Amino acid sequence: MAFENLTEKLSRIFKKLRGQARLTESNMDEMLKEIRIALLEADVNYKVVKEFIASVKEKAIGQDVLTKLNPSQMITKIVHDELEDLLGGGENEIKYQNNRPTVILLVGLQGSGKTTSAGKLAYLMKNKLHKKVLLAAADVYRPAAIDQLSQIAKSIDVPLFSKGVNVSPVEIAKEAKEKAFNEHFDVLIIDTAGRIAIDEALMNELAEIKKEVSPDEILLLVDAMSGQDAVNVANAFNDLLSLTGIIMSKLDGDARGGSALSIRHMTGVPIKFSGIGEKVSDLDIFHADRMADRILGMGDVMTLVEKAQEEIDEKEARRAANKMMSGKFDLDDMLNQMKQVQKMGSLGGLIKLIPGMPKITPEQQAAAEKEMKNFEVIINSMTFEERHNPEILQYSRKIRIANGSGKQVSDVNRVIKKYESSKEMMKKMEQYRKSGKLPPGMGGFGGFGR
Amino acid sequence: MGLLSFLKEKFSKKKTENIESYSEGMAKSRHNFSTKLNTLSKKYKKVNQEYFEELEEILIESDVGVKFALKVIDEVLEESKAKRITDSEEINEILIDHMFNQYMEKGEQVVDVRFVENGPTVLLVVGVNGVGKTTTIAKLAKRYLDRKKSVLLVAADTFRAGATEQLQIWADRLNIEIVKGEYNSDPSSVAYEGMSKAKRDNVDLVIVDVAGRLQSKQYLMDELSKMKRVISKVIPNAPHETFLIIDATTGQNGVVQAKAFAEVTDLTGVVITKMDGTSKGGIILAIRDELGVPVRFIGLGEKMEDLKEFDLESYIYGLCVEK
Repeated sequence: MAFENLTEKLSRIFKKLRGQARLTESNMDEMLKEIRIALLEADVNYKVVKEFIASVKEKAIGQDVLTKLNPSQMITKIVHDELEDLLGGGENEIKYQNNRPTVILLVGLQGSGKTTSAGKLAYLMKNKLHKKVLLAAADVYRPAAIDQLSQIAKSIDVPLFSKGVNVSPVEIAKEAKEKAFNEHFDVLIIDTAGRIAIDEALMNELAEIKKEVSPDEILLLVDAMSGQDAVNVANAFNDLLSLTGIIMSKLDGDARGGSALSIRHMTGVPIKFSGIGEKVSDLDIFHADRMADRILGMGDVMTLVEKAQEEIDEKEARRAANKMMSGKFDLDDMLNQMKQVQKMGSLGGLIKLIPGMPKITPEQQAAAEKEMKNFEVIINSMTFEERHNPEILQYSRKIRIANGSGKQVSDVNRVIKKYESSKEMMKKMEQYRKSGKLPPGMGGFGGFGR
Repeated sequence: MGLLSFLKEKFSKKKTENIESYSEGMAKSRHNFSTKLNTLSKKYKKVNQEYFEELEEILIESDVGVKFALKVIDEVLEESKAKRITDSEEINEILIDHMFNQYMEKGEQVVDVRFVENGPTVLLVVGVNGVGKTTTIAKLAKRYLDRKKSVLLVAADTFRAGATEQLQIWADRLNIEIVKGEYNSDPSSVAYEGMSKAKRDNVDLVIVDVAGRLQSKQYLMDELSKMKRVISKVIPNAPHETFLIIDATTGQNGVVQAKAFAEVTDLTGVVITKMDGTSKGGIILAIRDELGVPVRFIGLGEKMEDLKEFDLESYIYGLCVEK
């Protein structure tokens, strides 16, 4: 995920140190130099990197005398703590008002992901927090921005307040707030047009909106791909509007998102959310500690677990578990299980969250995902009976299924083979479960990909 | 005479329209870069280790990347040692020279769209989400309409909500035709339809808007290579040009983007957008350095005429020299 390359780099550096008995000025300098380059390549601001390196060095030298940790462990801890310091702190939750709508204003550069994030926030608040949400379209400049938001609003079934493009954004925001008050909405999310931080007229417009609707939250969108200038942009918005939070967008790409570190450090504004995909459900609460863990290659297990809990249909899971225990596991169950896993997002995204599994190429990912789709097509071409008693699948049936699904017989065979090995695994797991050896919750995820 | 002095002289005599707009558009970017260089020169009459470290900071803060920055500085260091130059202003001139040469040595220099002799010229526009693809397409269309070319737009971004509508609005404003598909339909089929229409109507230029995609998403990249195949089936050798749009605020991921897109398409150019902000867009130098892809156009503002031909001299002048 975002920091993967940095993770790899740091772990490579740490490995180099592993063989050495103690930290010396020279071996530490080499490592710090590499950390420095890694951080700069991750777009962490030059000045922040400088401070980071200095502080790590200072701490490492001080502690060398005091502890008996091996050098690699020690540096890992120091770098981790330091990163966490940089990323974390601050109030990173939205405070909801009790007796009136909570007003959220989204601001940022063009193309930073405001409109998409407006939809994601609305979705999150509506579906997870059961809030009554109103979206307001105050981007009157970018062609079709309102269309975009209205399509998103429709897809998540949230009302949209819009006055077209001939009304001033300040007026739109004001009226939206009135509506939110009068109709007892819990949350109002105002999407504004993207603007460069030095465009005085447009920046003043934001100040004006702030004055008129006094938002409870003003969130700045920051693209994970941002370079060195991100800090200046954040400063400009913060100076004018006193931001209450940052949303990091596009963290599902391979940008390392070093600007998150820089902005947090230079402005002190807390990072509240991270955008982790293109689907409307792909918005996560930002976890500084986990992000630091991830940077250091410790994986992001908590996010994985939460994601699994949220997406897996509990009833479905229980039904499958009961079936498993009764020793009956058919092709429908296998397909269901696959779909459950798919719901959690791309395989690649999941695998990257598991510590110790960093190496999967995009090609392998794509192959695994493609295989899932193939399986679904093939299983869908089977009759009810075939799906429940795969044992009856003779050659003639396989030919029919292959033709029906536009695949080869060998593809059908692969499904059956996978089914058999999954079934085998289920049996083993059941045995483990009875003997109490398997960690709970890890059952369903095995067996996919290759 | 160093390049910097040469440029200063050249541009003080001949203030072309292009230079004026570069100067204006890049006022903020230049302010930081040149002020820093100047302050640096004043601070260190004679250069030392510290001077080069600060030079490195200036370069890296322009997003040219660690690798490129270190390379250029090493060269400057070497040359200044060989020639025994310690005057900071002279060092700055050497720096500019090297940045200029680095770019020139990396490959051909082209700017305008290269039109084919017969039939439609197809321009594919790619880039990650939110870099300004659609707006740039509108600006490019306007440019060639003004040059009496017939232009057809193909809205093959069927994924992002509102994308087709956005391009439709531009098509209406420019009064040109647009081929589009249903929301979430197969973009390749829209491309196919677009190519067929372009061929039928024998338009000069077809510009294809592709959904913004993060290059790390394999299936989206697969879809892009499929679209390319479909296009070349209808119009042989097309797409003739593939432009990667890069946002000036982009950091080092820009190089990763360029590499990834170069794997599935033959990138023939880079267009850098949003240069009217405070970002310096140094990433284009890193991209040129790594891949040799030339910068074709530069977006200096939101107005239609704010898309300018990329001119290395003006860019470096705008970046480094105070008005």
